[in-house]
Amino acid sequence: MLKDITIGQHFPGNSPVHKLDPRIKILLTVAFVIVLFVASNLVGLLCSLLFIGVLYAVAKIPLKTILKSLKPILPIVLFTAILNIFFVGGTPVFTWRFITITKEGIVYAVIMSLRIVGLISGTSLLTYTTSPIALTDAIERLLKPLAKMHMPVHELAMMMTIALRFIPTLIEETDKIMNAQKARGAELDSGSIKDRITALVPVLIPLFISAFRRADELAMAMECRCYRGGEGRTRLKQLKLHASDFVSALVCAAVLTAICFTKMLPVIF
Amino acid sequence: MNNETEKEMITAHDLVFRYNEDGRPVLNHVSMGIKKGELVAVLGANGCGKSTLAKHFNAILLPAGGTVIVEGMDTADEDKLYDIRQKVGMVFQNPDNQIVATIVEEDVAFALENLGVPPQEIRTRIDEAMEMSGIFKHRHKAPHNLSGGQKQRVAIAGVIAMRPDCLVMDESTAMLDPRGRERVMKTVRKLNQDFGITVVMITHYMEEAAQADRVIVMGGGEIKMEGTPQEIFSQVEQVKALRLDVPQASELCLELTKAGVPLPRGVITTEECARLLYQLLA
Repeated sequence: MLKDITIGQHFPGNSPVHKLDPRIKILLTVAFVIVLFVASNLVGLLCSLLFIGVLYAVAKIPLKTILKSLKPILPIVLFTAILNIFFVGGTPVFTWRFITITKEGIVYAVIMSLRIVGLISGTSLLTYTTSPIALTDAIERLLKPLAKMHMPVHELAMMMTIALRFIPTLIEETDKIMNAQKARGAELDSGSIKDRITALVPVLIPLFISAFRRADELAMAMECRCYRGGEGRTRLKQLKLHASDFVSALVCAAVLTAICFTKMLPVIF
Repeated sequence: MNNETEKEMITAHDLVFRYNEDGRPVLNHVSMGIKKGELVAVLGANGCGKSTLAKHFNAILLPAGGTVIVEGMDTADEDKLYDIRQKVGMVFQNPDNQIVATIVEEDVAFALENLGVPPQEIRTRIDEAMEMSGIFKHRHKAPHNLSGGQKQRVAIAGVIAMRPDCLVMDESTAMLDPRGRERVMKTVRKLNQDFGITVVMITHYMEEAAQADRVIVMGGGEIKMEGTPQEIFSQVEQVKALRLDVPQASELCLELTKAGVPLPRGVITTEECARLLYQLLA
């Protein structure tokens, strides 16, 4: 059952979105997130969503996947929308006893909902179209300037790689331990929430102990292969920027800037 | 004399080691040598110090007394640390706990990346290493999708990519199924015979030890027996006294000899034993 868990799902593909340099993709995603907050008007947000929609279409990621990724955040969207509708002051359009709904409230609720949807779908596009290794690699390169300020950038990237490597191994192990405890009569799937949480303790303790043992052995194996931190290290796969990367980056940057300027448009609502 | 020392891959002299300052020594004045190109098996019951000895071969552990010399370099010399680790590669027991990267070829490249080898050269060397250990066709897979034997061969490739002169296998077949074990052993024999890599193999399987050029038997932190597999395994009683088994063929031959069946000494492989019995019955 635990095997169904996928973290940082990645859909391999050959589209221009997939092929774009991961560093540029990360930077553009950050820019997109900023634009979502800067363009605080309906037109701008709708344009941003349209833009992401087009990118999804180019990446050939089915609509179903996008909706699936949005499903878990639906409660958050609804909650924010309701809060905004009731608690933002302004011109009242509807009053009933102590409840007043204002025009500003409705507009703000819609804006907030669109913004959250945009945030999730934008960042998901990054993980959907970039392999985890490419991502960690790109993060290491992008943060390299910080290494001069003695930030442990390489160590961070190495930790991410090892974490990604061990997720399937640890999931498998959790499954094994759960079965072992079930064989000893542990009831993991029944009882009240409190019972279930207590029942997890005998699963988590062996899991932690074994994880530490694994870490110890892995550290030794890494030492045996001459690991000595990030200094003087080379990489098998070099990230190289191509002309096409610059073109894509420029196009996206232009679109994002244009979206920012929608703020200048006369307010429709 | 000089010629003699050049042929030595690893020499341990009067080696003493304890895990705790005032604990009992795990290695008690051990002196031994590994020659270049040899395939040596180290046997011993649990806790006899064989893994501890292996960890001295590439300076993971440093001796508390005595010296370990790897191709003329003292393992206690900190400046030579990475040269020694490059010369003597080590493969451990649990295949899962020695693979670092999420893709096979990236993992094989790990040691070379650490050593600062240029990318083009990394490419040629890892392709070569993956060919040698027979995992080239799996190079784009994720390690958790491989079998235990395949993972262990990925670990071997990761070490071979450093082009070491010696490969130390610390019970590397212990967690594998018979088929995986067979494939790993085949790879190791190939590396030893075709590429001249010295192999030190720590094992619990007598059938694996029977394939070695030389067998070292340890007990209580000391070397108890040393010799060719034939010499060692024909002394069934002595081996058993050290809480170890002998290959089934040796034991059968001993019992038959005791019962008065005329068989030569030093039969250790199943095939040889079967051949002799056929001859006897014919």
